[in-house]
Amino acid sequence: MTATALSTPADVTEITRSDASLRRFLHGLPGVDQVGAEQRAAGLGTRSIKTTAKEYALDLAIRMVDLTTLEGQDTPGKVRALAAKAMRPDPADPTCPAAAAVCVYPDMVATAKEVLGDSGVNVAAVATAFPSGRAAMDIKLADTRDAVEAGADEIDMVIDRGAFLAGRYLQVFEEIAQVREACARPDGGSAHLKVIFETGELQTYDNVRRVSWLAMMAGAHFIKTSTGKVQPAATLPVTLVMLEAVRDWREATGQMIGVKPAGGIRAAKDAIKYLVMVNEVAGPDWLDPDWFRFGASTLLNDLLMQRTKMKTGHYSGPDYFTLD
Amino acid sequence: MSNVFEYAPAPESRNIVDIKPSYGLFVNGEFVDGHGKSFKTISPATEEVLSEVAEADASDVDEAVKAARRAYTRTWSKLTGRERAKYLFRIARILQERGREIAVLESIDNGKPIKETRDVDVPIAAAHFFYYAGWADKLEHSGYGTTPLGVAGQIIPWNFPLLMLAWKIAPALACGNTVVLKPAETTPLTALLFAEICQQADLPPGVVNIITGAGETGAALVGHPDVDKVAFTGSTAVGRAIAKSVAGTDKKVTLELGGKAANIVFDDAPLDQAVEGIVNGIFFNQGHVCCAGSRLLVQESVAEELLDKLKRRVSTLRVGDPLDKNTDIGAINSAEQLARIRELSDIGESEGAGRWSPACELPTNGFWFPPTIFTGVSQAHRIAREEIFGPVLSVLTFRTPAEAVEKANNTPYGLSAGIWTEKGSRILKIANQLRAGVVWANTFNKFDPTSPFGGYKESGYGREGGRHGLAGYLKEGV
Repeated sequence: MTATALSTPADVTEITRSDASLRRFLHGLPGVDQVGAEQRAAGLGTRSIKTTAKEYALDLAIRMVDLTTLEGQDTPGKVRALAAKAMRPDPADPTCPAAAAVCVYPDMVATAKEVLGDSGVNVAAVATAFPSGRAAMDIKLADTRDAVEAGADEIDMVIDRGAFLAGRYLQVFEEIAQVREACARPDGGSAHLKVIFETGELQTYDNVRRVSWLAMMAGAHFIKTSTGKVQPAATLPVTLVMLEAVRDWREATGQMIGVKPAGGIRAAKDAIKYLVMVNEVAGPDWLDPDWFRFGASTLLNDLLMQRTKMKTGHYSGPDYFTLD
Repeated sequence: MSNVFEYAPAPESRNIVDIKPSYGLFVNGEFVDGHGKSFKTISPATEEVLSEVAEADASDVDEAVKAARRAYTRTWSKLTGRERAKYLFRIARILQERGREIAVLESIDNGKPIKETRDVDVPIAAAHFFYYAGWADKLEHSGYGTTPLGVAGQIIPWNFPLLMLAWKIAPALACGNTVVLKPAETTPLTALLFAEICQQADLPPGVVNIITGAGETGAALVGHPDVDKVAFTGSTAVGRAIAKSVAGTDKKVTLELGGKAANIVFDDAPLDQAVEGIVNGIFFNQGHVCCAGSRLLVQESVAEELLDKLKRRVSTLRVGDPLDKNTDIGAINSAEQLARIRELSDIGESEGAGRWSPACELPTNGFWFPPTIFTGVSQAHRIAREEIFGPVLSVLTFRTPAEAVEKANNTPYGLSAGIWTEKGSRILKIANQLRAGVVWANTFNKFDPTSPFGGYKESGYGREGGRHGLAGYLKEGV
């Protein structure tokens, strides 16, 4: 069965009948030529973005930021400050848009929710034994349910990279599907599920393409590159391969899936390169916080600094922008 | 496609180049007035007149050849390889230093996007001078002897004016020859800027002479009795005329002519990268590439999927102002060329092939043609046989590797080919069966000074680039 022939849930059931059938499908996807993919990503990175396009891109990037703190030393105070910043990134400029979400550990969800309320800024929680994913399944599911109960709007789960690299694709598929079920809320709704691949550990672009398809078949709302705890984290070529996957998935099923590069994107200039790639690879439909996010902690301030530069014509020092 | 993210124009400044209202000929290290008429060179993107350029007549050609002969006998052939290398290295460095200026000028005069002149033409031109500078003092290791031929008459086309100049001049000078070079009549300006660079590099007078003009000037150069070597890149028709005119003389000739390359995509190919390679193969430089991948041979089982991907990708190509850094496809070089592309495309349509172009707005002035894909093409269609030399791709299908090879080789040309598959053994097997001078695997249109380039059959003879490129400028066995 070719990728384009995949159009109904029944097809997915057929593909995931056994480890062997799933492997056959994933290994039947067209390969990714490393040199070619990296060249294309580099080529897109040379687009020259000026004036009006840049103003638009900076504001859009701010709206796509999942402002993140995932440290052992996180305190409620820090999370409150971060949530406040997500709602009003630039207190000096009311025209500055809010970030998309605040991304925290599950135990901080309630604190973040308390500050964010109905502001429109979502709370995202990393769950499933983040960042390694090495825990028993019931613990991962409990972790997820805790976060959802505490009010998380979005769940960022990690996959079991060991299982994937060992070729136990069906296990990875089932874990994602189960976590997706655990995202259900009592009101009948569901938290959005972002599936983190940790592409730095999967190593090859072929793996990135396969895991993207695997996650989409298992019900991911978003596919995400990295935890931010492993280097290399998000890169342009990895994101390129994932954008091609969501584009091809929509061709095959009509469904749109979001993409989130996370980790290592610190400069506005780099964020704009990602937006160019989204625009030209997946298409302009993905230029929206519903379908593309940046997982970042320091990127926001550079976006704000460049935004102020566009408006005033000069740079202010880092002290003119809040820490978190 | 309507798009929320419209990139604002990002034009490169033209202030960096100084185009003179008129240019003479560069003979014996100086610009001199020609005896003939003059002609105008225009910007293909706007039709604006850029400058007036002298048209060399037979007496001008004679003076240029004499100057080259004097420089050859008195100076250049007497220098050691190391001394010649110093000049070539100097030229290479000046090309890099003045790279932006050259890139802008090339883009204005030729119509190709600044992105390509900046990232491809100028760096590879400089690389050729660096590479052959390295050979100048090592010719005894080349396997082709160490004795130069004498005066080389070189004629280059309009598609890569500076790059073709570098391909021709660098090995000739490295081997100890002197040159008289004629750039194409529609794109003389970077060659004239190169003449200034020769002055800047203190190259001895007469070692490089640049004479501008059209076909008659070229014929006079080829026919001049004191020219020892003719090197030509251009159309097969002109190449044939040159071969006739030098037949029976002891002139050495290399010809690099047309092509109708097959780009073969197997069903196990990395499809997204193959799409990039197809785009790069036929839409790079508006398809004005003799080794362009103008025939796409795709395995039937993935044809539909690949074509969908290809059309979507081609829809994102940006056509327009060559000086805009975001432009992917610039202007067609001349009205004549545009007419030829239109004619052959119309023939393709009337022969029953399916014609497709993305919705794109073309500028009103200048010469423009949208990227175009013909599907359902068969070997019998003229668009599958004749070189269109424009952004027009013909798509054919095949079922078995043997059929792919058969179709790929079923052409009067044989300059280049491409293979796309994840299977290494298949790459090696097919590459050996293709009658083409260059075979790219999982990539296309890659050029490097260390790699020889040239054709089979009507694509010409002789090799340029690499160690093999020295052969055309040395007396073998001496």
